[in-house]
Amino acid sequence: MVAVYVIIGVVVVLLITFWILYNGLVRLRNQVKNAWAQIDVQLKRRHDLIPNLVETVKGYMKHERETLEAVTKARNIAQQLTSAGAGERAKAEGELSSALARLLAVVERYPDLKANQNFLALQEELTSTENKISFSRQFYNDSVLRLNNKTQMFPSNVVASMTGFKAGEFFEVTVAAEREPVKVSFTE
Amino acid sequence: MLTIGMGALLILLGYFLGLYFFDRAIAGLVIAILVWAVLSLIAYFQGDSILLSMSRAKKIGRDDHPRLYNVVEEMKIASGLEKMPDIYIIDDPALNAFATGRDPNRASVAITSGLLQKLNRDELQGVIGHEISHIKNRDVLLMAMCSVLLGTIVLLAWYGSRFLIFGGAGSRRSSSSGGGGGAQIIILVVALVLMILAPIMAQLIYFAISRKREYLADASSALYTRYPEGLASALEKLGASTGQLKSANKATAPMYIINPFRKKGMKASDLSSTHPPISERIRILRAMAGASFNDYDQAYRQVHRGEGVIPAASIATETVPLATVKLEGEAGEPSEIQRARETSDVMWRLSNYTTITCDCGAKLRVPPKFKEPRIKCPHCGKTHQV
Repeated sequence: MVAVYVIIGVVVVLLITFWILYNGLVRLRNQVKNAWAQIDVQLKRRHDLIPNLVETVKGYMKHERETLEAVTKARNIAQQLTSAGAGERAKAEGELSSALARLLAVVERYPDLKANQNFLALQEELTSTENKISFSRQFYNDSVLRLNNKTQMFPSNVVASMTGFKAGEFFEVTVAAEREPVKVSFTE
Repeated sequence: MLTIGMGALLILLGYFLGLYFFDRAIAGLVIAILVWAVLSLIAYFQGDSILLSMSRAKKIGRDDHPRLYNVVEEMKIASGLEKMPDIYIIDDPALNAFATGRDPNRASVAITSGLLQKLNRDELQGVIGHEISHIKNRDVLLMAMCSVLLGTIVLLAWYGSRFLIFGGAGSRRSSSSGGGGGAQIIILVVALVLMILAPIMAQLIYFAISRKREYLADASSALYTRYPEGLASALEKLGASTGQLKSANKATAPMYIINPFRKKGMKASDLSSTHPPISERIRILRAMAGASFNDYDQAYRQVHRGEGVIPAASIATETVPLATVKLEGEAGEPSEIQRARETSDVMWRLSNYTTITCDCGAKLRVPPKFKEPRIKCPHCGKTHQV
């Protein structure tokens, strides 16, 4: 009789453990999904802002045709790749980031532009979107790391492999330029 | 742990007060817990609106102050909060900010107009990160419950002592049998000691909890922004000013980013303060080698040479590098004068003033009570439509 109770007890404890671990995994997976959606929102917002920016800036920057074209081109490529995998996409968005950074650095040479209210508002939006992209990427990567740890570490890895949880893919910046400070020279 | 200590203090106080006044411990306990429960309910459901209206904060939207709104949204994303908190501005030249709201889905952050002018984007981000982490860590609820506990203890001790002095203890006790006299005196002494000591101890515990949460919020802010220098330099500006916030009071003090009542040159390791000394917070932030909780804990140990401040459970082993690049930096950063103009524009608009910019460069602020259809510029004499 005692043996039966012990077995029932062990099974109940195991079930409860399974339940808690499984729910934890699901919560993390949803968090990863949400975080990914957030990155998506911000990237799309950036794609939408760029034509406006280029339009506003064009009149002032007669001598920066190349910089402007680079931004437009990078934006179009990035927009085409929205349905591609995380790795490829990160590369395109990284290119766009560095093209934008170059443009915003060049702005320093145009005092008229810096007095334009429309431009200032756009610049604030763009700066903030840029930050939001990196913060959402940061949160996404943190969430992926936590999910991956759970799917690989005992005891949750047992539950994960039984219920088919997979490790997530990090959203890494592949362009080296974004990691380096933008050099702005004030001596002309 | 400390919270439990405070609860135990309340129960002890109630127990002995009940024993002394009603000859029954349970009566005192019931009164203590009832008072606590009522105050808690009020704090839970009304706390944030009481706090916000007491500090005369005004709610703003995205268009009122895009930069502030954006920075709050950035920190919301970085912390993984699900709902955007409401944003308030307090019209006060003192430098301070606070967060409130009983749960992360019903939270607000408030900032004084003075602080809004003083800080650049990175610093603002650090401060907002600190406030958002108060929301994320549910510090607001914890501190509200602790301050209610403290309030109840102070209240009970105060009334207890009044009754003891003016209630005529002699006449009430004359009927009791002579045999219990010794025990009576012991109970009286314990009740007296508790009445004097409990509020002081509760206060000290409360301050200790508050300081711990401040450190944790600093660490979280560094983790969210990946840039402890932003918060450090904001704290430096905050520390340099001595203006006291007019609308703060003792009960709301721990909600603010720095102690609103601090005096110049307040002593470093101060037991009776809701906040750790600013200079120390700055030193810890600047000593961080990375942006993780672990790095903060290491930096804290360096400054304190003692045990760490971050709960062991939250310390992850992975390294988090500091942000090396701040894309915003100097480019596109409004100067302090521009920020001051921007903020005062917002404050006028929030008080329903209309702003007319005249061709001569003068700005006319038209009060909402002004009923005339036209107004003349006092500088150049041009007439404007209102």
